[in-house]
Amino acid sequence: MSRTFVPVLTVVCGIFLLWYAAAIWLNAAWAYDKATRTGEVLTSRALVADTWSQEKPKLPAPHQVGVEIWKTTVEKKITSKRSLIYHSWVTLSATLLGFALGTGLGIALAVGIVYNRTMDMSVMPWAIASQTIPILAIAPMIIVVLNAVGISGLLPKAMISMYLSFFPVVVGMVKGLRSPDGMQLDQMRTWNASASQMFWRLRLPSSMPYLFTSLKIAMAASLVGAIVGELPTGAVAGLGARLLAGSYYGQTIQIWSALIMAAALAAALVALIGLVQRMTLTRMGMA
Amino acid sequence: MMWLVFAFGVWVIGWWLNARLAAMPRTRATSLAIPLIFGLTLIAVWEGVVRGFEISAVLLPAPSMIAARYAASTDILWEDFVQTVIKGALSGYVLGCGAAFLVAILVDRFDFLRRGLLPVGNFVAALPVIGMAPILVMWFGFDWQSKAAVVVVMVFFPMLVNTVQGLADSSAMQRDLMRTYAAGYWATLLKLRLPAAMPFVFNGLKIASTLALIGAIVAEFFGSPIRGMGFRISTSVGQLALDLVWAEIVVAAIVGSAFYGIVALIERTVTFWHPSQRH
Repeated sequence: MSRTFVPVLTVVCGIFLLWYAAAIWLNAAWAYDKATRTGEVLTSRALVADTWSQEKPKLPAPHQVGVEIWKTTVEKKITSKRSLIYHSWVTLSATLLGFALGTGLGIALAVGIVYNRTMDMSVMPWAIASQTIPILAIAPMIIVVLNAVGISGLLPKAMISMYLSFFPVVVGMVKGLRSPDGMQLDQMRTWNASASQMFWRLRLPSSMPYLFTSLKIAMAASLVGAIVGELPTGAVAGLGARLLAGSYYGQTIQIWSALIMAAALAAALVALIGLVQRMTLTRMGMA
Repeated sequence: MMWLVFAFGVWVIGWWLNARLAAMPRTRATSLAIPLIFGLTLIAVWEGVVRGFEISAVLLPAPSMIAARYAASTDILWEDFVQTVIKGALSGYVLGCGAAFLVAILVDRFDFLRRGLLPVGNFVAALPVIGMAPILVMWFGFDWQSKAAVVVVMVFFPMLVNTVQGLADSSAMQRDLMRTYAAGYWATLLKLRLPAAMPFVFNGLKIASTLALIGAIVAEFFGSPIRGMGFRISTSVGQLALDLVWAEIVVAAIVGSAFYGIVALIERTVTFWHPSQRH
C-alpha cells in the first residue's frame, strides 16, 4: 500500500504544480492586455494573482474549478437547471441504461457464439470489425433519426452507450465461457451433466472473472457514449450538454467542472464494479 | 411485399449456406467466406426491408442509394478524408504514440516514477478524455491542429501504460543473462527489453488506432473549418442528407479497418516470435 501511495501522491502533486504553472503561462497574455489598457504595471505577484482568478481564463486554476463544483453541487438545489448533480444524473441514467442493455446483449451474443458454430464463424469477425469503425461519429445521426421516429430522451443516448459497451462484454464472455479446460468438461460429462447443468454449474461460474474485467471497460465506454450522445441534441441537459454550452459561451470553468465531474463519475462507477467483483469472487472462492 | 419476401429468402439462403459451410472442416477459405456471406446477407436484407416497408430515405437510406451517393461525391469525401484522417488523426497518432513511447522509456528508468505514474495512467486511460475536445479546440483553433491535439491526449495514456508494462515484461533470468554478457543499460534496452515489449507496444498501437479516428471526428463536432468528416456528418444530419452521412460512415469504416489492419500486419512481421502469432 505505502509502496505505491507515496509515488502516486508525488505524481498527483506534480500534476497540480504543472497545472498551476500552466495556468499562469496561458492566462498571462490576457492579464497583460488588461494591465496595458488600464495603464498599470503588473508586478509578478499581481500577475500570478490575476491569472489564477480570471473570469474566463484559458485554463482555470484547480481551486477555481473546485469552487465552481462546490457552488453547482452543494449550494444549488438538485432540481435546478444549474445544478451539476442534475446534469450528472441525466448522463448517469443514460449510461446505466445503455450499460445494462449492452451487457445483456453482449452476454446473449456470447452464449450464442459459444453454442452455435455458424454464429461463431459469421458474427464474431463482424463484432470485431464493428469496433474499428468510429461509431461515435454516427452518434448525431442515431439521435436525429430516433427523434424523427418519435423516440427521444433517454433511449437514443442509451443506444449509443449500448453499442459501445456490448463489444468488450462479448469478447470477455466468449473467452470466459470457453475457459473451462477439457479436464473439467470431461469431469462434468462423467457426472452425466446435461447441457444446461454444464452451462449453469461450470461455464457460467468460470466466466465470472472475465465478465467483471470486461464490465469495467464497458462501463467506461458507456459513459463516453452517453456524453457524446448529448452533444447533438442541442445542449439541453447532461454533462455533454454542459461541455457544449461551455464551449459556445467560452465558460471554461464550466467546461472543466463538467469534465472533472465526468471523471469522478467514471472513477466511481468503475470502482463500484471493482467492489462487486471482489465480493462476488470472494464468495465464489475465486479471489 | 415482393421485397420483403426477397429479404426473408436471402436471409434463409444465407444462413443455410453458412450453416453448411460451418459444418465443414475449418479451412482458410471457409473462415473467410462465412463472414463475407453473412455481411452480404445483411446488406441484402437491409435493401429489401427498406424497399419493402418503403422507409423514408430521411430515416434510413437503402445500401444502393448510399453506394450511388458515394460514387457521386468522391471529391467531397476525399477532401474530408485528407482533412480529418491525414491531417488530424494521423499526425496526432504519430505525435501521441511517439511521445508516450519516449516517456515510457524515461519512466521505466526510475522505479519511483513507474510506481507512481502507472496507477495514475491507468486511471486516466479509463476517463472520458474525449471531453477535453472543447477545451483543446478553444486553445488550438478550429483547424486540424486542435484535432491532432485531441488525438494526442486520447492516445497518450493507453500507449504509455502498455509500453511501461511491456518494458517490465522480460524475466529476471533473461536480464541476468544480459548482465553476464556485460551488457549495459542501452544494450539491454535495445537487444532484450524493447523487443520483449513489442507485443504490448502493438497492443497499445492497435487501441490507439481506433481512438485516433474517433478523437479526430468527435473533435470536429466542437468546431471546424468547412470540411472534415465530423463536420460533414453533423451538418448533413441537419440537412437530412442521410445518404451522404452514410457515405462518410463507409469511408470511416474502411479507414478504421485499414488503419487497424496495417498496424496488425506490421505487428505480425515484428513480433513473429510471439506465441499468439505462430499458428
